[in-house]
Amino acid sequence: MKVALFVTCLVDQMWTSIGVSSVEVLRRVGCEVEFDQRQTCCAQPAYNTGYLNEARPVAQRFISIFEESNADAIVSPSGSCTAMVRHYPQLFAGDSEWLPRAQAIAAKTHELSSFLVRVLKIEDVGASWKGKVTWHDACHGLRDLNVKHEPRTLIRHVRGAEFVEMDHADTCCGFGGTFSVKYPEISVAILDQKIDAIERAGVQAVVSGDASCLMQIGGRLSRKGSKVRVMHLAELLSHR
Amino acid sequence: MNHLSSETFRENARAALADTQLRGALKNATSLFGERRKSAAASLPNWEDLRSQARAIKDDVLSHLDRYLEKFVSEAEARGAKIHWARDAAEANAIICKLTAERQARIVVKSKSMTTEETHLNDALEAAGLQVVETDLGEYIIQLADEPPSHIIAPAIHKTRGQIAELFTAELGMPPTDDVAKLTNTARITLRDRFAAADVGISGVNFAIAETGTIVMVENEGNIRLTTSLPRLHIAVMGIEKVIPRFADLDVFLKLLPRSGTGQRLTTYQSFITGTKRRATDEGPEELHILLLDNGRSRMLAHPVTRQSLACIRCGACLNACPVYQQVGGHAYGSVYPGPIGAVITPQLMGIEKTAQLPYASSLCGACREVCPVKIDIPRLLLHLRGEISERKGSAAERVAFKLWSRLMMSPRLYKLSSVAGRLLQRIVPIAPAWTKGRDLRPIEARSFHDLWPIK
Repeated sequence: MKVALFVTCLVDQMWTSIGVSSVEVLRRVGCEVEFDQRQTCCAQPAYNTGYLNEARPVAQRFISIFEESNADAIVSPSGSCTAMVRHYPQLFAGDSEWLPRAQAIAAKTHELSSFLVRVLKIEDVGASWKGKVTWHDACHGLRDLNVKHEPRTLIRHVRGAEFVEMDHADTCCGFGGTFSVKYPEISVAILDQKIDAIERAGVQAVVSGDASCLMQIGGRLSRKGSKVRVMHLAELLSHR
Repeated sequence: MNHLSSETFRENARAALADTQLRGALKNATSLFGERRKSAAASLPNWEDLRSQARAIKDDVLSHLDRYLEKFVSEAEARGAKIHWARDAAEANAIICKLTAERQARIVVKSKSMTTEETHLNDALEAAGLQVVETDLGEYIIQLADEPPSHIIAPAIHKTRGQIAELFTAELGMPPTDDVAKLTNTARITLRDRFAAADVGISGVNFAIAETGTIVMVENEGNIRLTTSLPRLHIAVMGIEKVIPRFADLDVFLKLLPRSGTGQRLTTYQSFITGTKRRATDEGPEELHILLLDNGRSRMLAHPVTRQSLACIRCGACLNACPVYQQVGGHAYGSVYPGPIGAVITPQLMGIEKTAQLPYASSLCGACREVCPVKIDIPRLLLHLRGEISERKGSAAERVAFKLWSRLMMSPRLYKLSSVAGRLLQRIVPIAPAWTKGRDLRPIEARSFHDLWPIK
């Protein structure tokens, strides 16, 4: 299957190993991966802060670029950015030109773990990693895309990894995009509940599907001098 | 009264985060409510169907509100109720003050009503010289403390048992104790006396049934039963969105509301009041007045996106589920309606001028939408309000920043340049102080993924 990778601006700028790992995993399961160098951002920062007029052209640009691809699917290592693309039709409600284009692109776009499990029907990607891991449900993946069992299934098939379900795995980490800098104190107070749950789980690594949550969680773990490391699902799955 | 303002949400929240007693009380109560809700919902296999049915009923009501209100009014009037319409809070309070003055009332007992909190009825009645006694235990506690409610169904959720004991000692002169039974009994004895002396009972309304003109109220303490049956005059105050078409619709709502609110299968009491008493020898008030309040609701109704805010049945589940509410509590919002639904309703009721911070007080995690018994898409409404705010009131700096951002994201060349600039800049200055106060920041990568492609 031919896949167009949407790497996301965050991974592109802040955490490239997630992108590299995604490519490796997708190729390992037999996908041909293409990457359009013109891609930038999905428009979520502006959309979520209420700047729809600024978000719209960025979304249109995304649609135009990915329409040119003949790939079977657009895959992204982010539940949040995938959810944004799935929200595109809301940005173009009543627009007879852009609405159908937005709907077509939205239908083609998948978050990595659900692409592997739901579309490709693959549960074991041949990864191995030694240690205890837990999963943090990133909110948009969980509640907008209903991604819940897919990453857990994939993790359970990683040889050597012991999966531990932490308390309140499905509670927000407090990131919330611009929320994390508009209300940093509240964001960190929410985060500390998550950090407590991670520490209680007694794991070596906390895994999630969004670089944003991992930056939030990892930033606090490192500030507190914790030994627990943060890892994107793609990084775990690429490990052998 | 110690009313915080929505305008100072940021400062209110900071103060709340520093209050360890408050955070302890919130953590206990919201997690208990949350767990109870979850198991109560799980006890009904058709929970999701019920949510969809409830929403469909509400959508039908909101599309034909005029018709259902007319039907409700004519049925209630036919059974002896007097109907009043109030455009806003001032009109509502004036009507109620007039009713009490005409009957030379001195003492008013009230059961919990968010709608009268919204209109600040107590202040108006007290200014008119009446003694007002809140009879819901939580409301009674915060009335003694001279505080507004901090939760839609648990108004004193922010208080610990110890704080309530101190309050009762100071205000009611009871010997210090933290024995809940003793505290409750003291409140009960004091309130019974007020019930017996009251001239007027004022209640809210959970559901108003168009088909029969019946008003329905649910509760656990029996104080609504007393408020609506002992005094000679009963005034029920309801928002115009409370009407439902048929008696049979209660089957859905009475399953959803208690389970979502307190995690109960059924509240201890359900009061159904249909008009006034038929014979002089019957028990109950001589007069029933039902006040229908607009106060911004028809404005909300007019907008196709925000209309769904009016489907809310005031269960409070979204407050308990909200990570922000769990940390800062209700007072920080500076509104009688706090939490996610409060951040949606308050700007619509009061205008965005003074409430512009509230729609941003959310990580958009969606936990509120997940628990809402009538499936209100609260994150979507928050985004809609953010859109209105950014257009009309957003900070100039932020608008410029997003215009610039949009420019950068439209051009791969500028996007690349900005990332190079970011890499250099981060060596010289801390680039996100709001972030780094509590969290370390990953440095920008030396080579972007674009730079790494093609990957062998």
